[in-house]
Amino acid sequence: MTTWPILSVTTFLPLVGALIVYLSRGDDEAAKSNSRWIALWTTLITFAVSVLLVMRFDPSNPDFQFVEKANWLATGITYHMGVDGISLPLVILTTAIMPFCIIASWKAITNRVREYMMAFLILETLMIGTFSALDLVLFYLFFEGGLIPMFLIIGVWGGPRRVYASFKFFLYTLLGSVLMLLAIMALYWNGGTTDIPTLMHTAVPRSLQTWAWLAFFASFAVKMPMWPVHTWLPDAHVEAPTAGSVVLAAILLKMGGYGFLRFSLPMFPLASHDFAPLVFTMSAIAIIYTSLVALMQEDMKKLIAYSSVAHMGFVTMGIFAGTMQGVAGGVFQMISHGIVSGALFLCVGVVYDRMHTREIAAYGGLVNRMPLYALTFMVFTMANVGLPGTSGFVGEFMTLLGTFKVSVPTAFFATFGVILSACYALWLYRKVVFGALVKPSLASMKDLTLRECVTLFPLIALTILFGVYPKPVLDMSAASVQQLVNNYNTAVTAVKAAALLQ
Amino acid sequence: MSFTTAGYQLAPVLPELVLALGAMALLMLGAYRGQGTTSTVTTLAVLLLIVVGVLEYMLPAGKQVTFGGSFIVDDFARFMKILALIGSAVTLVLSTEFLSDPSRRIFEYAILVLLSTLGMMVLISAGDLITLYLGLELMSLALYVVAASNRDNAKSTEAGLKYFVLGALSSGMLLYGSSLVYGFTGTVNFSGIASAATAANVGLVFGLVFLLAGLCFKVSAVPFHMWTPDVYEGAPTPVTAFFASAPKVAALAVFTRVTLTAFPGIVSQWQQILVFVAIASMVLGSFAAIGQSNIKRLMAYSSIGHMGFALVGLASGTVEGAQGVLMYIVIYVAMTLGSFSIILSMRRNGQAVEQIRDFAGLSRTNPLLAFMFAMLLFSLAGIPPLAGFFAKWYVFVAAIKANLFTLAVIGVLSSVVGAYYYLTIVKTMYFDEPAGQVDPLRVEVKTVMAVFGLFNILFALFAGPVVSVASVAAKSLF
Repeated sequence: MTTWPILSVTTFLPLVGALIVYLSRGDDEAAKSNSRWIALWTTLITFAVSVLLVMRFDPSNPDFQFVEKANWLATGITYHMGVDGISLPLVILTTAIMPFCIIASWKAITNRVREYMMAFLILETLMIGTFSALDLVLFYLFFEGGLIPMFLIIGVWGGPRRVYASFKFFLYTLLGSVLMLLAIMALYWNGGTTDIPTLMHTAVPRSLQTWAWLAFFASFAVKMPMWPVHTWLPDAHVEAPTAGSVVLAAILLKMGGYGFLRFSLPMFPLASHDFAPLVFTMSAIAIIYTSLVALMQEDMKKLIAYSSVAHMGFVTMGIFAGTMQGVAGGVFQMISHGIVSGALFLCVGVVYDRMHTREIAAYGGLVNRMPLYALTFMVFTMANVGLPGTSGFVGEFMTLLGTFKVSVPTAFFATFGVILSACYALWLYRKVVFGALVKPSLASMKDLTLRECVTLFPLIALTILFGVYPKPVLDMSAASVQQLVNNYNTAVTAVKAAALLQ
Repeated sequence: MSFTTAGYQLAPVLPELVLALGAMALLMLGAYRGQGTTSTVTTLAVLLLIVVGVLEYMLPAGKQVTFGGSFIVDDFARFMKILALIGSAVTLVLSTEFLSDPSRRIFEYAILVLLSTLGMMVLISAGDLITLYLGLELMSLALYVVAASNRDNAKSTEAGLKYFVLGALSSGMLLYGSSLVYGFTGTVNFSGIASAATAANVGLVFGLVFLLAGLCFKVSAVPFHMWTPDVYEGAPTPVTAFFASAPKVAALAVFTRVTLTAFPGIVSQWQQILVFVAIASMVLGSFAAIGQSNIKRLMAYSSIGHMGFALVGLASGTVEGAQGVLMYIVIYVAMTLGSFSIILSMRRNGQAVEQIRDFAGLSRTNPLLAFMFAMLLFSLAGIPPLAGFFAKWYVFVAAIKANLFTLAVIGVLSSVVGAYYYLTIVKTMYFDEPAGQVDPLRVEVKTVMAVFGLFNILFALFAGPVVSVASVAAKSLF
């Protein structure tokens, strides 16, 4: 179908861009501006190439497409890339969000611009690679490799407690992942290969399933993050520069959900079924507990960070429901949250760039000076709440629907999250935007600049588009999700039938 | 080629012969021409090592045995020898600056490195306990002197003395173990021991324990690691780079050969020892390094930890395990030499600085140096896609196959702890305010840094061939 390795090009194009940025020497203003433009063009071209992926993608085919395979390490470990309906939306999300990150950093980052842009471009390669790797070792390479640029982004360009936050981020994630690494090794000896499509059709003994599931869960639960291993996220979010928070919320968190969909459900269906109640409980606690915690926050970024944890709870709940609606809703919720939370962090970045504080109490009455901003912020707040007509509603509704069929109590408790998210999101909006503008420091606030409009308005359009017409995303993933759910249910019913016979 | 002596083939020992004669010739050159020849001798020594490496590479493939089974040249030996030769040659290159100081013009330095390398080659090829001891002592005696080569420095002489006393103790233990093994099997030959060894032979197991204790000293595995931090800190930095690379290759090679070819029948006996030693080394290496402020001491604890990781592969006692050890040591040597080339280049106003705080803000004063070091540190921590990850992958994958799950879990957890102290150095370089300019780098240090730095970053691209070579070498042991 294709003559050139379109997926590898998408993956490694940002790396080439990073090399070009590296070669553009100098430390003066011109060099800084060069780095910015090169980075922007690289991300835009990468996005354009990834659009080609969408155009050539066959949504009716549930299998992997754009497959590339080459020898790498001997003995069953190959360079194997490919996307299906579950990973392609995430790849597109990545390539689509990155240009906004670069634009959002245009003015905010003034020191060590070149290194900053290189870190972001390398991070983009690693993120796309994570979603399109079809070999466990290759996947782990991309998955863990992302820690290095993110560590530097938080640590070099972050806020006052950046060292603490970057160490916590790095070590927390690494701790979860090394256990997954051991499980990958066990799978390698079980199947004789680390090829993901092959392993999906390799029977894994029940005991190994349990242990491997737990090991993978350790990694993805931290990445997701799920309660109670979410505590690194608020720190990392608060200290990271705006674009770092956007990438973290929009894309890095999705790696956990993607991991559950790609590995836990297809490879360990029985263990997934056994542990589903655990995941339901943790998700329900996450939704209610972190929503309550979000209500008490004084820092805007922290509030959104906690709301992210709550929204990711919907995703895990939907995925482990193992129903068509639940899984499809989980995928949709990931995309929707990627857009909405990314945009919310951009909104915080807008006022942070002007006031250099994220404290909620420092703001109030912004609507008087910044009507455009108030409108933008409102759309995303409503999407975060899950108001019908925004993309947030579709994902939450579908995951709740899917879970309701499997576990009524979980769905019951999770629904409280919808109410609570309205509480904290509206509370935040009221404190920041409404009321009289009394604080003298806010009197000279300027409304959105053209650059900020460019970053925010396309996201508004997507939020509302997917809210009223979610079909593009759902169609893209439908066939793959259907196959995933069928295989999962077949495996689970087979075991139940065997148990009944005994 | 068929030159023989007393009926024994000499072709397999040709590289060793060339090295020995070359070292003698260089000794004569230095002795007759005086200390002014230091730089010439050093250059010629590097060339000699390269020639020996090429000879080793050109030896006919397959296993060759000479001196009645005492000297074995197989793919494993060739692999390890070439690696040790690279380590020694690079160290000599890195030493040029140290030797250029008028007060330290000592041509014997290069000769001692050559003789020590000769000892390593004999050690790697050892096919019986006598050859093993011969090689080990030749290697170690030269090392003791090199450690004290900065004669006017109290710390350096202390390092040499400490190393000598503890090294002598370990040699004693090794000899005692060897005599027990000989006494209870009636042979010193590895294949002879292998056929006589049974778990019921308690005296033999006793001897095995002493033998392993002696070897653990040489790879500086816990609980025989005490000398490492002091010697690493006290010895001149190029010498520390040497200690951390080539002798470790040789010691690990002989460790692997002894356990796998002399005691394959009693795997469970030495496996439990190795599991303990590996766990202890990994854990101590990770935790003890956290409190260090001197980069050389930190590297000492780091090397203790890394030897623990390498022994994880050996503990599995399988072909995969041996392959893991080989992969680990290749990557470890590359990372170590790269790191030490950077530590060596940390000089301010002509003075070497070796505190971690001296690295502060290096990413702004010398971005390339900081980047290379950061990548090496991430690699030492085992973060993909850098070389260090593949090293850890191959040892742990062997441990998982051998069902050593506890060992593997403790291993990866201690690697997370280890990541913390590597991160603190990255933090110092990238997040802190600059502590001042670094002197311009010398060409040879720059070259070494570039070669090993790039090897480390780009390893994923050419990992395939390295893996297949290591796999062939590992199979030659079984």
